[in-house]
Amino acid sequence: MAITVKFFARLREELNIDEERIDAQAGLTALHVWQKLTGQTSLPAQILIAVNHEYVKESVTVNDNDEVAFFPPVTGG
Amino acid sequence: MPVWIRANHFDPLELIQQYQIQLENKKKGQYGATAIFIGTMRDFNEDRRVTAMTLEHYPGMTEVALEAICEEAKQKWPVLEVLVVHRVGAIKPSDSIVLVAVWSAHRAEAYEANRYIMEALKSKAPFWKKEATPNGDKWVSKNT
Repeated sequence: MAITVKFFARLREELNIDEERIDAQAGLTALHVWQKLTGQTSLPAQILIAVNHEYVKESVTVNDNDEVAFFPPVTGG
Repeated sequence: MPVWIRANHFDPLELIQQYQIQLENKKKGQYGATAIFIGTMRDFNEDRRVTAMTLEHYPGMTEVALEAICEEAKQKWPVLEVLVVHRVGAIKPSDSIVLVAVWSAHRAEAYEANRYIMEALKSKAPFWKKEATPNGDKWVSKNT
């Protein structure tokens, strides 16, 4: 299966990754996706995760064609 | 309950006026209160001067998050209409950043729903501010 991964704001700049399409095996969690893309073992406490535009925890399992996003605390308004 | 993301300058009072003309046709006589919040860009933040700002967002999720927030407000209070407008892109001091307008029969629910939407937007809607300061660009780390 394949998923799309997006990074935003400060995280996008620090990792120098905007968007990537990756192959993924079944049972992969959001944390696994983070590890695969960044090489970091744990997710920094303040980083937020969304799958298909909904906030999720790092333990959530991703599915084929999901869009997974990682980003820092939001600062709109 | 429209949610509009604008990449260019907008005049919040003009948008309110235009939106209310549509309401006159649909909900005339029903609303007795309109609570309006307008957020405007300052030329300072904490102890630094801010000369410009870039507002990044997550297209797709931003709209979903804002619509969910408006729906939550509608579940909590008897609100007739909500309009949310948020700016993205390159912004200058004194530009409008956000508009939240709530129409209801009475003032209490208009005030409360407006505040709820604004606070939820600040903590949940995926927008990020990057300030241009005399000492370089700086991402705003969190909302206060």
